[in-house]
Amino acid sequence: MNKEVSIKVCMGTGGIAAGGVEVMAAFNQALSARGIKAAVDKHCSVHQVGCRGFCARDVLVDVLVDGAKATYEYIKPDMVEKIVSEHIVTGVPVAEWLVKDGYDAFHNKQEKVLLADCGELDPEDINAYIERKGYEATRKVLTSMTPKETIDVIKASGLRGRGGAGFPTGVKWESATKVDDPVKYIICNADEGDPGAFMDRAIIEGNPHSVIEGMIIGAFASGAHKGYVYIRAEYPLAVDRLRKAIKDAKAAGYLGTDILGTGFDFDIRINLGAGAFVCGESTALMRSIEGKRGMPRPTPPRSTEKGLYDKPTVLNNVETLANVPYIIRNGAAWFAAYGTEKSKGTKVLALTGKIKNPGLIEIPMGIPLRQIVYDIGGGIEGGKRLKAVQSGGPSGGCIPAELIDTPVDFESIAKVGAIMGSGGMVVLDETDCMVNVAKYFLKFTESESCGKCIPCRIGTKRLLEILTRITEGKGREGDIELLETLSFDVMTSSLCGLGQAAPNPIMSTLRYYRDEYEAHIYEKRCPAGVCKDLLSYSIVEEFCKGCTACSRVCPAGAIIGEKKKPHKIIQDICIKCGACYETCKFKSIKKG
Amino acid sequence: MEKKLTGILTRYRENEGNLVSILQDIEEEFGYLREDAIMWISEQLDIPPAKFFGIATFYAQFHLKPKGKNVITACCGTACHVKGSERLINSLVKELNIPDGEDTSEDLNYTVEKVNCVGACSIAPVIIVNKIVHGKVTSDKLRKELKTLKEGPTKEYTDYI
Repeated sequence: MNKEVSIKVCMGTGGIAAGGVEVMAAFNQALSARGIKAAVDKHCSVHQVGCRGFCARDVLVDVLVDGAKATYEYIKPDMVEKIVSEHIVTGVPVAEWLVKDGYDAFHNKQEKVLLADCGELDPEDINAYIERKGYEATRKVLTSMTPKETIDVIKASGLRGRGGAGFPTGVKWESATKVDDPVKYIICNADEGDPGAFMDRAIIEGNPHSVIEGMIIGAFASGAHKGYVYIRAEYPLAVDRLRKAIKDAKAAGYLGTDILGTGFDFDIRINLGAGAFVCGESTALMRSIEGKRGMPRPTPPRSTEKGLYDKPTVLNNVETLANVPYIIRNGAAWFAAYGTEKSKGTKVLALTGKIKNPGLIEIPMGIPLRQIVYDIGGGIEGGKRLKAVQSGGPSGGCIPAELIDTPVDFESIAKVGAIMGSGGMVVLDETDCMVNVAKYFLKFTESESCGKCIPCRIGTKRLLEILTRITEGKGREGDIELLETLSFDVMTSSLCGLGQAAPNPIMSTLRYYRDEYEAHIYEKRCPAGVCKDLLSYSIVEEFCKGCTACSRVCPAGAIIGEKKKPHKIIQDICIKCGACYETCKFKSIKKG
Repeated sequence: MEKKLTGILTRYRENEGNLVSILQDIEEEFGYLREDAIMWISEQLDIPPAKFFGIATFYAQFHLKPKGKNVITACCGTACHVKGSERLINSLVKELNIPDGEDTSEDLNYTVEKVNCVGACSIAPVIIVNKIVHGKVTSDKLRKELKTLKEGPTKEYTDYI
């Protein structure tokens, strides 16, 4: 066979969970059984690639034969043989397994810059990165630019921090240069603690060299010679790929001493997180690298004056750093052409929840939320109604359905009471209770509070207590006002961002869904049908076929009835877990 | 035990480790933070044990009690939560007989730990059984997986190269 064949199998965490390893092995097996040796540099090669974003359709496989690409979805190992014999050998793609139904719609409104390379190259092969212009930016900066010129380019591009705060990156690097100290550090914040966010994981798993390159350039610009990547331990695949990438970069001369013969020294060390959300906060993160409890410090002084080991330290998010090589290669004007006036560039978002097409997407800043939910996301799954989009994790807020035309950029989202945050967007529908959502986030922030300052340590505890009482049907007159006053106090007097932003989910849901809170408190009713203590499950006899499926799944033994006769739920024993409601195929169980 | 700890200390000294990384190594080696291991290291480094326990109790990753033979990690992130992770966790705790307030069954066979987001949100809800990630888990799928777990040998995480 003398065709040029390249097979790319998605091997991000999602791809692997869907069977990516087995699918890749199946391709290698099917090819070698035909005497075709699949190897990089040969005519036929099988590659693992990083996350391309459409995880719901995994395992996604690209088959390129003589340059013609076909993409397959939902591939299982037992389907590989047919693809090899019909598509690769005979030349006819297996039409029924090709992507369809909205695959293009998912990608059309996106603008893939960072994610263009994730999903195309093998993240464990530095040569694949170099082939796609990898490390050219490093060479350009180290051999032909000064630190000031580098900073000027980044400033001109308008790049703002992608971790949530949106601070101008060029300005941050510049402030580190104003301190006279030979020892400076640059840290990549790969802690990504926001539940619902996996942008940074995908970038590190899919294209770790882009982050390393960003760090080298940032270090050169700000005067650092030692870099750290603080990455959460819950991302083992990302850690492994990053470790290999650093090793390979060192071997190729991009890290270490006298990089590319320019006299610039820079090395990177990995520090693993140990499961503390607060360590995503910059001062807490630095304490953690120092081996201490991750408790934040008051600022000023800013970390660029006194950070890690009290030295000037620049802290940047993964996505921020990954953007840097592209800006250097293509120019500040190229980057600034994307987005809005104050929010330049693209943003990687994790779109999840009750959406038809959950996954990782990259959009130009400023497109309306409507396009993300309906065009890219394919709309709400199960034919339900959109209720809100929760944006920004536990520090964020909800954008209600009425404001679906809000542009997605830093300022516009802040105006409606939410935050862009790191990019996690969870889509909620009519079956989600907004009080429950606020309680969920307070449960999170209360348990993650480091305990150092009273407003956060005790404030989040009390806020959670009040919300819990409300969801249990024990809400009282005055609770809403108390939530508002307490939220204000916690927001204004907490030591760090965790506490300051912890009340945001409450403030945001009170702003748009006050009626839901009132229903819980005054009517002891949960309009969305979620809060267990305000619900009861009962069987509608006329629909019940007596199939016994519900009584078999009931963990409390609360359902009685004979076969083929209508069943009954004993309310005193029922623990309201909802298993019966999920199981019944005859819609005979009523929730309310 | 001392031999393993000496190895950990050597790595700490040679690789610019810190107290957090020492504890991470101990957890990795022994499955949890054995009190005698902490006391030994504390003496070797002349750092009070309280410092180590202060760090151990701050970070969620550290366990002061032994973990079960099988570790099941249930993701409690936002996406998994709205997709019903609470119900799955309740089933896990019940099926594997995890006592109230603990995370490991009394026979030390199973540990059910809750994590705040493993970052696989688009395949929510996610349950990780012995390092293998399972996505889009339904009550049915979970029941089948638990059955396999209780009956068969534990699967190992396979190297993907």
